[in-house]
Amino acid sequence: MTATTVGTALEMSDVRKVYTMGDGSEVVALDHATLTLGHDEMVALVGPSGSGKTTLCSIAGGILSATQGRIVVGGEDISDHDAKELTKFRQNKVGFVFQSVNLVPFLTARENLLVVDELGRRIGAPARERADQLLEELGLADRAKNLPSQLSGGQRQRVAIGRALMNDPALVLFDEPTSALDTKLGEQVMELIQNEMKSRDIAAVVVTHDERITHYCDRSVHIVDGRLEA
Amino acid sequence: MRLALKELRRRPGRFTVATIILTLIAILLMFLGGLLDGLIASSTGAIRAQAADAIVYSDTAQASFVRSRIEPDVRAEVEGVGGVTEVGGIGNVQLGARVPGNGPRDLASVALFGYELAPDGVPEPPPYGQAWADETIKASGVEEGMTIEVGPARTPIEIVGFVSDTNFNGQSSLWASPDTWRDALAANRPDAQLGPGVFQALVVRGDDSDLTTAIDEATGGATDSYTIDGAVAAIPGVTEQQNTFNQIIGVTVAIALVVIGLFFALLTVERTSLYGVLKAIGAKSSTIFGGLVVQAVVVTGIAAAIAGALVVVLDLVIPPGSIPLLVTPGRIIVSVVLLLAAAVLGCTFSLRRVLRIDPASAIGTTS
Repeated sequence: MTATTVGTALEMSDVRKVYTMGDGSEVVALDHATLTLGHDEMVALVGPSGSGKTTLCSIAGGILSATQGRIVVGGEDISDHDAKELTKFRQNKVGFVFQSVNLVPFLTARENLLVVDELGRRIGAPARERADQLLEELGLADRAKNLPSQLSGGQRQRVAIGRALMNDPALVLFDEPTSALDTKLGEQVMELIQNEMKSRDIAAVVVTHDERITHYCDRSVHIVDGRLEA
Repeated sequence: MRLALKELRRRPGRFTVATIILTLIAILLMFLGGLLDGLIASSTGAIRAQAADAIVYSDTAQASFVRSRIEPDVRAEVEGVGGVTEVGGIGNVQLGARVPGNGPRDLASVALFGYELAPDGVPEPPPYGQAWADETIKASGVEEGMTIEVGPARTPIEIVGFVSDTNFNGQSSLWASPDTWRDALAANRPDAQLGPGVFQALVVRGDDSDLTTAIDEATGGATDSYTIDGAVAAIPGVTEQQNTFNQIIGVTVAIALVVIGLFFALLTVERTSLYGVLKAIGAKSSTIFGGLVVQAVVVTGIAAAIAGALVVVLDLVIPPGSIPLLVTPGRIIVSVVLLLAAAVLGCTFSLRRVLRIDPASAIGTTS
């Protein structure tokens, strides 16, 4: 493993992602991107549709492999990880909150959190304790046995945040966390994200095209045509 | 795996259609198997019941009683073969029987055997004019102590008791003394009558493992000997019945495989987004595919259990002798194993799709 700066949650250096199209032409989705996040830093990644922000987020989360460059998350260099290693990395080091929440519809709120343990480390009782604790902290203790369909949009978003925190990640990636919510609820969710990340000392990248929520983050990074602009 | 089981428990409605279709297929599979077993049992019972090591026909008989003649001198040669301990004559004639109380055209089909060595489950030959009857003849209204008339000559045969699983060529067997059989044969099939001491075949008991070869060599090729299993398979029509039914059963299993394959392939398409999310948070493809297999196996297992119970009930309510249905635990187990194998195999239709689900699809890759 390559040595990394102490206290950084994410280091991306000169990262490129190039897609080869069917006709042999190449599309550069991410162009020499360099980004570093401190251990409790929240960064808003802002850009229009197709700018490459989700690609950057996917690479940072080990969902996509970069064509070139170095990516270190929580001290683990994932630049050359194969698919199996990336799966393990995602189980242990990173959390995701997806745009459309995407909870498992037939599992209760508590079970949606425990899915992370079931798919990963399978630590059993400690995982159940952590799930209960997270639900308590997220104000969902009384909703633990409810299915997603029985929860409001905000409550579902909180369950998704709880799921992202289950594996005690170094980095949580939020993909348009407020896009499906109204302004008021969106602000509440951003406050919640801010509180949860700061209180747990966890770094976060919040992908958004909504400039109104960027003030909840420590800084904003703009991305246009695959290039980062501070 | 737990995730897959939870979905089954909490969303049973999603699997109801597949379970119903698979139950119907399982019923068909088990019913076809039961019919095959019943047909084979009703065709071969008399041979399977022989407590013997070999059955000896004449050389050109092609394992047919009607075509076979064993003269006393050939029998003597067979009795002289090393390792042979007991030899008994056996003969058969298939006739229609008039049953008291039934209409004149309402004949019961019977296969009258004359025998010297008692088969398994059949007592020693009864006195002249009497016979043990296979219990399936009860469906024709025959009762113990009743005298039926067999063949155009209306030869009277008194039924003195019942035995089971001894039918021959789909007809209820009657087990009588050689003289009873010989006289009934002469009276009803004059062209096929046999003289004293002549039988259609011999039942041989012995202690030589290769008795059939030794017998045929000793008679200079005048005989065509079979083990019991060989004689069962050689009964005209048995192999053809087995092949036909096995092909239908094979097609039914293939249909089950396609149904399972299509159902879970559609389910996989529907769940692409969910599987993408699960992969993004650390699920392996093998875990997701394993869940699919578990669901397919459970759904198929439930369908097979319902079908098994229904077929057993069907077997109980169908009167003996009406249709040749034989439901055995072995047949049900084989059917269940075939269906489960089809379930696992059917899931492989979805394997490629599961492997190709990109976790990036959970968050999209275009923005």
